[in-house]
Amino acid sequence: MLRLELRPQPSAAWSAASPLLALAITVVIGMALFAALGKDPVAGLRVFFWEPMRDARAWSELLLKATPLLLIGLGLAIGFRSNVWNIGAEGQFIIGAVFASGTALALAGAAWPVWPVVLLAGVVGGWLWAAITALLRDRFHANEILVSLMLVYVAVQVLNYLVYGPWKDPMGFNFPQTQRFDPQAMVPRLYAGLRLHWGLVMALVAVVAVWVFLFRTRAGFAQQVGGLAPAAARYAGFSSRRALWVAMGVTGALAGLAGALEVAGPVGQLTPHVPVGYGFAAIIVAFVGRLHPLGIVGSALLMSLFYIGGELAQSRLGLPKSITGVFQGLLLLTLLACDTLIHYRLRWRKG
Amino acid sequence: MEALALLIAATLNAGTVLAIAALGLLINEKVGVVNLGAEGLMLCGALAGFAAVVHLGVHPVGFLAGMGVAALLSLLFGWLVIYLNTNQYATGLALSLLGAGLSAFAGQPYTQYKLPELVAPAVPLLADLPFIGPALFRQHVLVYGAIALALALVWLFDRTRTGLVLRSVGESPESAHALGYPVRRIRLLAVVLGGALCGLAGAYVSTVYTPLWVEGMIAGKGWIALALTTFATWRPARVLLGAYLFGGVTMLQFHLQGMGVAVPSQFLTMLPYLATIVVLVLISRSPLWIRTHMPQSLGKPFHPGS
Amino acid sequence: MSPPPRLQLHHITKRYPGVVANDGVSLEVQPGSIHAVLGENGAGKSTLMKIIYGAVQPDDGAVLFNGRPVHVRNPQEARALGISMVFQHFSLFETLTVAENVWLGLDAALSLREVSESIEVKAREYGLEIDPRRPVHTLSVGERQRVEIVRALLTQPQLLILDEPTSVLTPQAVERLFGVLRQLASEGCSILYISHKLHEIRALCDTCTVMRGGRVTGVCDPRQASNAELSRLMIGSEPPALPPHRAASGDVVLDVCALTLPSSEPFGTDLQAVDLQVRAGEIVGIAGVSGNGQRELLAALSGEVTAAPPGSIRLDGRDIARLGPGPRRRQGLHFVPEERLGRGAVPSMGLAHNLLLTRREAVGPAGWLHLGALRAQARDLIERYRVKAAGPDAAAQSLSGGNLQKFIVGREIDARPRVFIVAQPTWGVDVGAAAQIRAEIVALREAGCAVLVVSEELDELFELCDRLYVMARGRLSPPLTVAQATPQRVGEWMSGLWPQAPEPVQEGQHAAA
Repeated sequence: MLRLELRPQPSAAWSAASPLLALAITVVIGMALFAALGKDPVAGLRVFFWEPMRDARAWSELLLKATPLLLIGLGLAIGFRSNVWNIGAEGQFIIGAVFASGTALALAGAAWPVWPVVLLAGVVGGWLWAAITALLRDRFHANEILVSLMLVYVAVQVLNYLVYGPWKDPMGFNFPQTQRFDPQAMVPRLYAGLRLHWGLVMALVAVVAVWVFLFRTRAGFAQQVGGLAPAAARYAGFSSRRALWVAMGVTGALAGLAGALEVAGPVGQLTPHVPVGYGFAAIIVAFVGRLHPLGIVGSALLMSLFYIGGELAQSRLGLPKSITGVFQGLLLLTLLACDTLIHYRLRWRKG
Repeated sequence: MEALALLIAATLNAGTVLAIAALGLLINEKVGVVNLGAEGLMLCGALAGFAAVVHLGVHPVGFLAGMGVAALLSLLFGWLVIYLNTNQYATGLALSLLGAGLSAFAGQPYTQYKLPELVAPAVPLLADLPFIGPALFRQHVLVYGAIALALALVWLFDRTRTGLVLRSVGESPESAHALGYPVRRIRLLAVVLGGALCGLAGAYVSTVYTPLWVEGMIAGKGWIALALTTFATWRPARVLLGAYLFGGVTMLQFHLQGMGVAVPSQFLTMLPYLATIVVLVLISRSPLWIRTHMPQSLGKPFHPGS
Repeated sequence: MSPPPRLQLHHITKRYPGVVANDGVSLEVQPGSIHAVLGENGAGKSTLMKIIYGAVQPDDGAVLFNGRPVHVRNPQEARALGISMVFQHFSLFETLTVAENVWLGLDAALSLREVSESIEVKAREYGLEIDPRRPVHTLSVGERQRVEIVRALLTQPQLLILDEPTSVLTPQAVERLFGVLRQLASEGCSILYISHKLHEIRALCDTCTVMRGGRVTGVCDPRQASNAELSRLMIGSEPPALPPHRAASGDVVLDVCALTLPSSEPFGTDLQAVDLQVRAGEIVGIAGVSGNGQRELLAALSGEVTAAPPGSIRLDGRDIARLGPGPRRRQGLHFVPEERLGRGAVPSMGLAHNLLLTRREAVGPAGWLHLGALRAQARDLIERYRVKAAGPDAAAQSLSGGNLQKFIVGREIDARPRVFIVAQPTWGVDVGAAAQIRAEIVALREAGCAVLVVSEELDELFELCDRLYVMARGRLSPPLTVAQATPQRVGEWMSGLWPQAPEPVQEGQHAAA
C-alpha cells in the first residue's frame, strides 16, 4: 500500500510545484462540477480563465480586484510567517473603509485633493481595529484567531449602524448608503476610461517593501524566527511582543488601506455591500502564494480571476456567484494536501 | 413571571445549538485536534438538514442528513490533518471557507422554501407544572439530548477506560503510540464524531430554531462554540453551562429589542460577539490555568515513530 | 537439555532514508542473564530495541523468542509474549495519576482499583516506593522511572529492556535500581540493558554485545574485559586524553549572588538563594539530575528570563540581572542551550541564517543583511570546527546531532566570549564530536574565558571541570574542587544533603531520585 516517508530535507521543487498541482486539481474538480450541473465544462473553463483576460478593460478589472487581495495577502504573509493568525482582516478592511468614508464625508466640499488623507484615515482605521486584537493577545493571552474573528462580526454591525443611521444619505431615497464622495476624495485613475487606480501602484510598492523587510533585514528575520521556533526567538532575544504588534499592525494597516481604496475607488461611497470577503480570500492568497511577496502577486491575480469568473459564470452560465467561494475553499484544501509532498515522499510498501 | 419562564425556555433552546457544537468540538480537542472548520460544518449541516426535510417532509431526517454531510467533510478534514499531517489551523480554516462557499452555492434554490410546521413539544405531565413547566419542559427533544450528551461525556472521560485512552492520546500521542494504541485511528474517529455533532447543531438551527435557509445563517456560532470549549477548560458540564450563558446573552439581545430599548439594533446584535471576546480575555488571563487543563498535544502534528 | 535462549536475533536489518540503522545485527540473550548492549550514540541500539518491542518493523532478519520464530507487529503483541520495555524518554501522561498511567500500559482485563493494589504489592516486593494516586506531574524524574519500571514488572515479563536508565539517577539510586534488576534476573527474567557507561555495565552485566555504526563489533564478558578493550570495540580506538587541570588564576567574571526566582513554568522548580562564582580561566560545573532548577537557572543566566532580582547576577561587576539575551551577548556572555533544534538553532533555516540568532557581524546599519558576508562567516565556521554539512545554506535539521552541536558551540566560541555557558554539551553526540567539543571547551579555558558547564553526566564533569557545584531542589550546594568531589559525595549532595542545607529532603518530594 502507499505510504508516506519523511524526506531528509524539504523538497524545494515541490514547494514551487505544489500550488500548480493544487490549481490543476481544483480545475479538474471544477470542470466535473460544471458537468454535474448540466453546464458545458469547456464553457466554464473559458469563463473562468479566458474571458477575464481578454482585453484591456478585462485586465483593468482583474488588476483592480487583485489590488486589495494583494495588499491584505502581503500583511497576512508576514502574520502567518510569525505565527500570528489574524483571521479578522475582513473586519480591519471594513473599519478602514469606515474611517475613510467618514473622512471623505467630513472633508466634502474641499477644494484640494483630499484622497491622500482619506486613504491615510483608512490605514489608521484598519490599524486601530487590528490593535484591539493585538492588545488582547499581548496583555491577556487571548487567542487572536477568535478575537479577530469576533471583531469581524462587530465591524459588520458598526458598518450597518452607520449606513442605516447617522451617515445615511438624506437624498438617497432611504437606501442604506452614504452620499457619493467628491471627486477630490477619490483615488485618481491610472488610465482614462478604465477603473484601475493608483492603489495598484501602492500595492506593488508594498510588495517590494515586504520582500525587503522579510529577506534583507534583521527585523524581518527576527519576525520569522518567532513563527518558526519560538524558543529560538527567546534564546536570541527577539521580542515576541514586537513581532505580534508588527504582524497585526501591518496587516491591519494594509487591510485598512484596501478598504479605503475600495470606497474611495470603484464604489465611491459606503454601503453594506462594501465587504465582499477579501479579508478571507486573502488568507488563501497568502497560502497559495507560499507566504512569499512574489508568489502572492501571482496568487492574488489567480484569486481575482476566480472572483471575476464567478461573476461571469452568473451572467453567462446562470450559475450562482457563490461558486467562487467553492473554488477558493477547494484550492486551499488541495494546496494543503499537495504540500504534504514537500515534506514526504510517496512510497509503495508491502503490508 | 410568564415572561421569565419564556425567557428561560428560549435560553435553553438557543444554548442547545452552541452546546451540541461545542461538545462535538470538545471531543475533537480532547484527542488533540482543533477543528477550525466548525462554522463550515454547521453551515453545511444546516443546509443538508433543511434540504432533507424539504424533500422528505420529516424532521428527524434532517438531523441525520446534517450529521451525515458533516461527518463526510470531517472525514476529509481528518484524513488531511491526521494522515497527511497538514497544519490543523490552516486546514480548519480552509474547511470553513469551503463549507461557507458550498452551502451558499448549493443552497441557492432553497432560500424560498418553508418547512412543514413542527408540533409544539411538551413533556407529558411535567409541562403543565406552574412556571417550571413552560420554562423547562416544553422543549424539543434535542434540548434534553444535549444535556444527556454532556452527562454522557462527563461519565465517559472521568469514569471509563475508553475516556482515559482518549485523554492520553490528547495528552501525549507519542506515549500512547509507544504503548501500542492506534493513535491515528482514534483521532480520526473522534474527529468524525465531533464533526457530526457540529452538523447536527447546524441542522437544528435550520430546521427547528429558525426554520429557514439563508446563506451564512450560522452567523459565527461555530466560532463561538470554539471559544466555548476553551472557556469551559475542556469539561463537558462547563461547556453546557457556558452554552446556556451565551444563549442567555443572545436572548437578552432580542428581549431588549422587543422592549424598545433606545439602543440601535446593531449594537444589540453585537452582544454575543462582544461577550465572546470578554469571555476569552477572562479565561486566557492566566496562561498557567489553561496549560494545566488543555490537552497538551492540541494543534500539534503527530508522526508515528519513524 | 538446557532451555533455549530467551531471545535470538538473526541478521536484523533496518534502513532509513540516508542511513542504515541496523545492518545484519545478531544477538543472543540467555534466560536470567543481564545482557548489556553497549555503543555510542547513533550506533543503532535504540532502533534495535524498538524492533524487539514491536514499535518498528525490520526490513530483514528473524526474531526468535524462547526458540520459536515470532513476528512482533506492535507493542501489545510484545507485551503478550512477555517482552516489556522501560523507555529512556518516559511514555507517561503528566496529568494522569500513577495508577491510570500503569493501567494504560496494561491490557484491559483489570479494573483501576485492582491495578492500584497490584502496584502497591509489586512496588513493595522490589523495594520501590510509589503512591498510585499521585498525578505524574508531581513526581521527580527518578520517581517517574519507578512508575515505568513497576508498569513493566506488572506484565510479568520474561524479557525486560531498559534504555539508558541511569542518565536521570543519582549514584545511590543507580545502586537501588541494580538491586531490583539483580532480583529480577535471579527469578529467571532476562534483561537487556542499553548503555554507553562502561563502569555500570561492568558492575551489573554478565554479557555484553557491542555495536558500532549499526553493526555488532563484538560480544564479551564485561567483568573480564578491560576498559580499553571495550572502548576499542565501541569506537574503534581509545578515547583521547584531555590536558590536565590547573588552578584558576583569574578574577571572578560571573558572580551570582542570592538569586531567588520563582519558576515561570507550571511544573517548574523555584530557585532559592543560588550563589555561584566563575573565574576567568576556569571551568566550573553544575551537577544534578535534570528537573532540579537547572532550566530555570540557565534561563536566568542567559537572559531568556529577566525577572531575577537586581544585582543578583553580575558580569565583571556590572549588574546584568534584568538584561535580555542581546545586551548580555554584547557584554560577552554566550550560551549554548541543551535543546539544539528549536532553541539553539531554527531547524528549517540554513546554517548561515542561524548565525543571525546570536551574531551581528554580517548585519549592517538599519539592520540590513549582508548575505554574502553571512555565508562567508558560516563557511569559515564550518571549516574550522569540522562540521559535516552540505554548505552554509544546509538546513540545521539536516545535520546530525553531533555536527549541529559543533556548529552551535563554534558559533558561540567564535564570538570570543568573556563567559561561556553550556548545557549538556555532548548529550546525544557521537564520541568523535564529543571529544572535539570537550577539547574546544578546554581551549576556551586556556584562553582565559570563564566557563560554566551544566551536565547530567558526572563523568564528563569530572573530566572537564576545575570546580563543581551540585544543584538540588532549586538550591545550589557550596563549591567543591574536583579533588574533593567523589561520586559518593556528589551523589549524596544530589539529594540535597550537603552541610548547612536548609532541611533534609524527604523521599517523594520533588528532588533527586
